[in-house]
Amino acid sequence: MKICFFHLMPYRFLPEDFERRYRSVWVDPPHSLFDPEKCGGLYHEFLDELEFAEAQGFDGLCVNEHHNNAYGLMPSPNLMAATLTRRTSRAAVIVLGNSLAAYNPPLRVAEEFAMLDLLSRGRLVAGFPVGTSMDMNFAYGIDPATLRERYYEAHDLVIQAWTRPEMFAFNGKYTQVRYVNIWPQPLQKPHPPVWIPGGGSVETWEWTAKLDYVYCYLSYYGYKRGKATMDGFWEAIARMGVDDNPYRAGFLQLVCVADTDAEAERLYFPHVHYFYQKCLNVWEGFAEAPGYRTVKTLQTGTKPQVGAQAKKIRQSLDWQKYLDQGYVIAGSPATVRAQLTECIKSLRVGHLMVLLQIGSMPKDLTLHNTALFAREVLPHVRDLWPGHKDRWWPSGVPNGA
Amino acid sequence: MVLDRTLDIRDGAVRFRVLSGGRGPHLVYFHSFHERGGWSPFLDHLAARYTVLAPFHPGVQGSSGVETLDDVLDLVLAYDELLDRLGIGAAHLVGHFFGGMVAAELAATLRPRAAKLVLISPLGLWRDDAPSEDLLILPHEDLPAVLFRDPASEVARGWATLPAGEEQNIAAQIESIQRRAAMAKFVWPIPDRGLKKRLHRITAPTLVLWGEADRANPLVYAEEWQRRVKGAALSLLPGGHMVLHEVPDAAAAVVAEFLGT
Repeated sequence: MKICFFHLMPYRFLPEDFERRYRSVWVDPPHSLFDPEKCGGLYHEFLDELEFAEAQGFDGLCVNEHHNNAYGLMPSPNLMAATLTRRTSRAAVIVLGNSLAAYNPPLRVAEEFAMLDLLSRGRLVAGFPVGTSMDMNFAYGIDPATLRERYYEAHDLVIQAWTRPEMFAFNGKYTQVRYVNIWPQPLQKPHPPVWIPGGGSVETWEWTAKLDYVYCYLSYYGYKRGKATMDGFWEAIARMGVDDNPYRAGFLQLVCVADTDAEAERLYFPHVHYFYQKCLNVWEGFAEAPGYRTVKTLQTGTKPQVGAQAKKIRQSLDWQKYLDQGYVIAGSPATVRAQLTECIKSLRVGHLMVLLQIGSMPKDLTLHNTALFAREVLPHVRDLWPGHKDRWWPSGVPNGA
Repeated sequence: MVLDRTLDIRDGAVRFRVLSGGRGPHLVYFHSFHERGGWSPFLDHLAARYTVLAPFHPGVQGSSGVETLDDVLDLVLAYDELLDRLGIGAAHLVGHFFGGMVAAELAATLRPRAAKLVLISPLGLWRDDAPSEDLLILPHEDLPAVLFRDPASEVARGWATLPAGEEQNIAAQIESIQRRAAMAKFVWPIPDRGLKKRLHRITAPTLVLWGEADRANPLVYAEEWQRRVKGAALSLLPGGHMVLHEVPDAAAAVVAEFLGT
């Protein structure tokens, strides 16, 4: 079992009435709410938290990419990953990832990931998300109709740039490069492990399985709601006749650990509530550009994680509901151990990513949560999935699988 | 009676579903994002004097192949090929918003295709000082107030009503997403594909028609279009962005008067 520390890098200082006064945390949150002095400080706190997680024994450190987003201050996760390569030496550096269609030419991703792989001495996991509609269609202006086609083409270009032995010409529909010949090349061979963060689309499951990549479901709604999606993934895996190694899957879960269940509520509720009420407050019009999801996926009836319907559900939430619905696994070490084990087993997930800095949680509390998790929970779930080999773990991680 | 048929071009790579009716000179109508049906009272009126042909854009309600069209030029050429399939040389071209943009592109690119041109609150120009509403993404409940002069009017309420049954309701939502997605491809994220560089090529007599209370596409664009299309006439009618549905009799009368026969 691999347990990774995931950071979203949220802005912690949104006003108390944010979700009532402003329509969206994403795409058009006003600059007037942004304090550069504070944000500069936040970056250093967040990096401290990630570095602390390595020291506490987490297997990997995860960063991701968002744009125009007050809960994700990482337009460039590669910059954060680069600093981590200098201050860490043992954990996998998991970039989840670079939204391929947004890079022009996408070779930029091949180059920067190669640099990160070298800097980290082979500890890089290369994540390739399609990117959310808010990030890709709204913040970056990419038309939804061609986003996926651009993504698949960019993926092919990056993999070829990493693996073909000699310079080649790439005549794509969206990218034409006469001389593809990136320097540097990645350290890991044939290339760094690829993880695909995705929603619940059938096409992505099948594509991921076909290419033998890890599929990661980065849900904010916890393992109980995530079960349907992960079941869909495992059904696709079975349909395609691929083995059901749990390390094919990754899942993100919000976790809060305290000495007692009551203490967990006292310490963490305001920050969890900040996350769900403010950080996920996305205007319906931005939740999904027309054409972002394929008709096939629309017809399966899955809903976006944000937007009007998600908002209605969120508004009625109190601490007990966050827990009952599994959005957050929180409580004493015993409580968290039991539920996290259920999460891991029921989703059949070999790469668990935990979000321990949540919403407005300040550094001291984040470190407290991280240390408690590392001491009281991590050792108890680490040995799950014996007998399965993690073929998707970076080869440069010391004592890696 | 409205005839409903499909015609293929490019060996079936693009398929058009075309509604048609009436008799007289050919008139081709191009729809926009928020017309759920392909036919309307406006077209009924016009069908009294013209042979009206109303194709659905590729990707919308039985027309397919939008994924094979790369850009606006490709769309224009597809319509050129459709007119060939229909055996039509020149026709009056009428379009609303996105459809107005398509009609103008066609008239500018393939001049002999356009007998006369009617642009109803057309899309396709962009002014930083007066951006048109992002009609592609506004939530359904926010649209009536932007689309119609009077959101409480019968026509606005009729438009806003989706089927009550769950299955039909979901189907209607998916249809709406598909319809908007098909057109978004040609105008995302800003509806400016360089049309302003081509408008001087339009030689067909042109009428620009606007609802005087158009909240989606500000009236400054009417002046912009009139300025850029040489000799274009401008007509304002009492209505909003959906003027052709709000006052179909008056809109059809103005259009027929301009087109003649």
